[in-house]
Amino acid sequence: MPTTKAPETTPERAALPGPRRPRTTRAPRTFEQANRRLKWAMLAPALVFVGAMIVFPLIFTVNLSFTDAFGAVNADKGYVGFQNFTDALEDSRRFWPAIRRTVWFTIGAVAIETVLGLALAMLMRKAFRGMRWVRTLLIIPLLTTPVAIGILWLLILDPTNGIANHLLDSLGLPPQEFLGSVSQSLPTLMFIDVWQWTPMMTLLLLAGLSTLPEEPEEAARVDGANGWQRFRHVILPMLGPTLATALVLRSVDALKTFDILYATKGPGGGSDFEVETLNVYAYGLTFDYQEYGLASAVLVLFTLFIIGVVVVLRRRAGRKSA
Amino acid sequence: MSAATSSRPAPQRPRVRSRGRRRSWSWLRGVAVTVVSLVFALPLVWMFAAAFKTNVQVTDPSVGLIFSPTLDNFRNIVEDGEVFRSMLNSLIVGVVSTVLSAVIAVPAAWAVGRFRMHRTGSVVLVARIVPAISLLVPWYYLFAQIGLVGSYTVLVLSHMFVSVPLILWIMIGFFESLPVELEEAARTDGLSAFGAFWRIALPLAAPGTATAALLAFVSSWNNFMFALIFADEDTQTVPVTLFNFISYASTDWGGLMAAASLITVPVVIAALIGQKYLVAGLTAGATKG
Repeated sequence: MPTTKAPETTPERAALPGPRRPRTTRAPRTFEQANRRLKWAMLAPALVFVGAMIVFPLIFTVNLSFTDAFGAVNADKGYVGFQNFTDALEDSRRFWPAIRRTVWFTIGAVAIETVLGLALAMLMRKAFRGMRWVRTLLIIPLLTTPVAIGILWLLILDPTNGIANHLLDSLGLPPQEFLGSVSQSLPTLMFIDVWQWTPMMTLLLLAGLSTLPEEPEEAARVDGANGWQRFRHVILPMLGPTLATALVLRSVDALKTFDILYATKGPGGGSDFEVETLNVYAYGLTFDYQEYGLASAVLVLFTLFIIGVVVVLRRRAGRKSA
Repeated sequence: MSAATSSRPAPQRPRVRSRGRRRSWSWLRGVAVTVVSLVFALPLVWMFAAAFKTNVQVTDPSVGLIFSPTLDNFRNIVEDGEVFRSMLNSLIVGVVSTVLSAVIAVPAAWAVGRFRMHRTGSVVLVARIVPAISLLVPWYYLFAQIGLVGSYTVLVLSHMFVSVPLILWIMIGFFESLPVELEEAARTDGLSAFGAFWRIALPLAAPGTATAALLAFVSSWNNFMFALIFADEDTQTVPVTLFNFISYASTDWGGLMAAASLITVPVVIAALIGQKYLVAGLTAGATKG
């Protein structure tokens, strides 16, 4: 069981008050005392690589966001101050709707995934026959190429030839346009996201559930608490930290969703920009319009936005679990 | 798990009633689990089935899962060759980027885990938060100026940017779960700190490394955005090829589904073989809070 790890080593380490202790027997040297240069040597390649791939480009993007860079990548560019930022923030046609869609997509999809994922995790908590197979089934959607998932749902949800409308028809319901309509596209893509990512939520929460002690729930059972009460007042509070981590992970990924939106609706998120989130918008600005300056400003705002969301979520989660 | 619960002293409670209740619940649970499994499996089954249908059958929803299968779609793909070419590209980029990532991330993970350098380690994890597209613009800008766009090098570098933090994230937890005593014993027996890593920790971490590498490979295999920009016709990876096929969807659903199935098959095989490890890798670090 890989789940119980930290508690075993820490008390023993805490028992040693300091690195130097007058002892007669030779204590095994702890790793903290070991070769200082070695640890940096082992970390350096990864740190340098990620640093070079993030820090330098980020500075470059911030720099670019203050210029009027446009067209060819080696064309001359001039500094325009905050012009790109004001342009973006005053743009109520593409920028603000893109923010609204990004937020709406993320909150909607992640909320549903959390509720369904939690329900599924509770359902699968105790071992049952075929558990292995169900778990295997659950990891397939989240490991499958998003573009392939987009294609498979394009077929299922095809307005004229898809099985979805065929099923609706046999239930006596009117046929839907799904991805073919401006108003239904975003909700449909949220549904696809829920289908693909609810398993991730379930697996994360199952991992969290497996680390919980059984005694509190057993005690509540003896005291006569029913299933819902045990879940609401015993399990859910204990699951808090895992739930918070899962929420942060899923939200960050949902905010950055690109593949499935672009694969199913194409550039600009459709004819009426109906699924154009910040990611899709910034992509279009950069690679379809070569508006590097404006795109960089949008990206700086997008990055700040995501960091803000992570900070807020983490802080709220910290308060809740404390 | 069941052994642990049965060895526990049974709490005092009316047994008969609770057992009866439990049986009715387990029946309901069986139904619920079956429904859930179908919800997740059927869309994929539908895709695999469509890959074996003629284009007339694909566009007729009343043709369900029982039909006489045809291999025409796959035959067309083999004759065309483009899908296999891009699968080869994906394989090259995936293997190279995964191996290089493991080479730099595994030792780093050991250092973070053993020397308790979590603050330093978390710097690398920032890469999980920053939206990749905000780095794509400067990468493109720079790589275009030095004429690297379209090469395997750029694809490998960009995929490594995802793989290094992923492997690091999984391996830190894995190294921490290994008993430190083994390495300490080896140290007292005269191994250097690096020797303890190389001869003791690394062999013990083989299953974790395999898991992390597999997930890194899958993320590279699936990556769409980087390849969309950095690949040219010769280095194009599978998701981009698939994306370019979408425009023919209305005329060749069967071919599209066959191509989508082909790129999904490796993932399904991986899931079947390594379910236990993949789940552990995907959820690594989540329960630490």
